[in-house]
Amino acid sequence: MSRSQRRKLEERFFKAVMRVSLFGALLILSLIVFTVVQKGFRALSWNMLTQPSQGGYYLGGDEGGILNAILGSLYLAAGATGIALAIGLPVVFYLHAYLGRSPLANTTRLVFDVLWGIPSIVYGAFAFLLMLEIGMRASLLAGMLTLALVELPILVRAMDEVMRLIPPDLAESTYSLGTTRLELTRILLRQTLPGLATAILLAFGRGIGDAAAVLFTAGYTDAMPTSLSRPTASLPLAIFFQLSSPFPSVQARAYASALVLTVMILTISLLARLSLRQFSKHVIR
Amino acid sequence: MDSVVSQLSIQDLNVWYGGQHALKNITLEIPRHEITAIIGPSGCGKTTLLKSLNRLIELNPHTRVTGQVLLDGENIYAPGVDVTQIRARVGLLAQKPFPLPMSIYDNVAYGPRIHGLKNGRMDDLVQHYLEAVELWDEVKDRLKSPATGLSVGQQQRLCLARALAVKPEILLCDESTSALDPISARAVERLLSSLKNEYTVVMVTHALRQAHRMADHVIFLWLGELVEQGPAEQIFEHPAEARTQAYLSGEIG
Ligand SMILES: Nc1ncnc2c1ncn2[C@@H]1O[C@H](COP(=O)(O)OP(=O)(O)OP(=O)(O)O)[C@@H](O)[C@H]1O
Ligand SMILES: [Mg+2]
Repeated sequence: MSRSQRRKLEERFFKAVMRVSLFGALLILSLIVFTVVQKGFRALSWNMLTQPSQGGYYLGGDEGGILNAILGSLYLAAGATGIALAIGLPVVFYLHAYLGRSPLANTTRLVFDVLWGIPSIVYGAFAFLLMLEIGMRASLLAGMLTLALVELPILVRAMDEVMRLIPPDLAESTYSLGTTRLELTRILLRQTLPGLATAILLAFGRGIGDAAAVLFTAGYTDAMPTSLSRPTASLPLAIFFQLSSPFPSVQARAYASALVLTVMILTISLLARLSLRQFSKHVIR
Repeated sequence: MDSVVSQLSIQDLNVWYGGQHALKNITLEIPRHEITAIIGPSGCGKTTLLKSLNRLIELNPHTRVTGQVLLDGENIYAPGVDVTQIRARVGLLAQKPFPLPMSIYDNVAYGPRIHGLKNGRMDDLVQHYLEAVELWDEVKDRLKSPATGLSVGQQQRLCLARALAVKPEILLCDESTSALDPISARAVERLLSSLKNEYTVVMVTHALRQAHRMADHVIFLWLGELVEQGPAEQIFEHPAEARTQAYLSGEIG
């Protein structure tokens, strides 16, 4: 076999491997979506979307709906993302405008990488202990704060990676106009708006889908979320409780809830995608 | 040369990148309202010297600078000096144009806005500087569109307008025409030459012909050392040092 034949064969082989992996991943994903749609769509009803749950799920009630969980999840994730953003953005800006490539910057990155890897049940347990200490009860606010902790490392590291892609010349050109470091951060922000949108989306997605962090901190209730200081329902926990029910009709509702959650995340991703073009108008490449 | 004529006076300047000694005991004067060209082979420290003149060099971690750079007699490295003021007085035109991520108009208006330089209408100011770089006619109908929509040559002229709008006294240019097509390069070159009535220009270039065309004063660096400096004619026609001769004739570098 000649050298060029061998190289061609080599390329064909690895291309095939890549294809198989890609299609495998797509297949599994579509299977999941297919199952959720197939099982969930039948159980889904208008009532389910427009009413809060009634009598819990263990009692076999097909009564009521999951509106309280839908709203609860939206509030939890939106609040958590807001809090995480309020803490995360200054961290990222400090990292880039002031710390640069110093050892402290690298230590900070390492810390957030470790935080990213911690399972959310640990955050939940930690927050629960803290709540016991200060006498706080399971509530929407406690759930938001705990989820914010879960989201923070994702937000910081995703933003950080986006900012690291900024050409250093942009900072140099900007500083040459006599800007302060704070003014530079505004330029960096404009440059990284699309990346920021993606980071927020990642964090939001993680937050809205998380069950473990809110289990002890936000609790669960049949009531609609109306107060920061009261417990709230959430979709992941609704799915969990419905699935653990012995009644097939309630189990079917779990798939309907999962379908709702999936559609919600999909919608948000699409909206973000659409707005991305507006965000990237000014980005220097 | 007394300090009235020389605007920048560099005294015993040393720069280290970590353990690497990139500039060694540089002492020289940069005359006011003239074009000074820094030439020398790749890696000899031209960019380092240029960036030392408005303290951009400090953005690299692990750099150490000793010695003095006197701007109108004041050491810019003295403690307590406001570095943003230094950079407002000593602007930079980089090798590749990097417009700010905003509209054409805002790019020019940015400097005057942060420094509060606006007297009169901002629109007039923007027009003035866009005209000064001969960009006005090309962009006057799309001032609000993103600067990224411009060609590279246009972007570089926009960056020049943006730098001038800060009203610097000195303009540093690091191979500012090397990334441009020949026509844009000539345009920028011509603009820079026309600026010297009002500004002091310090430029780094690899193109000896360009240095020949533009420079009044030439500095030749070699491995971080100042080998020779003087009026352009003298350096190009009668270089005193063998290394300068060798570089100019293309034997080294
Ligand atoms: N950030 C840095 N870290 C470490 N060493 C550096 C850094 N920047 C430059 N140097 C070194 O300092 C020396 C001078 O570099 P400088 O960029 O000033 O050269 P130059 O004359 O501008 O070269 P060129 O003509 O290729 O642009 C070189 O040996 C280079 O390797
Ligand atoms: Mg250089």
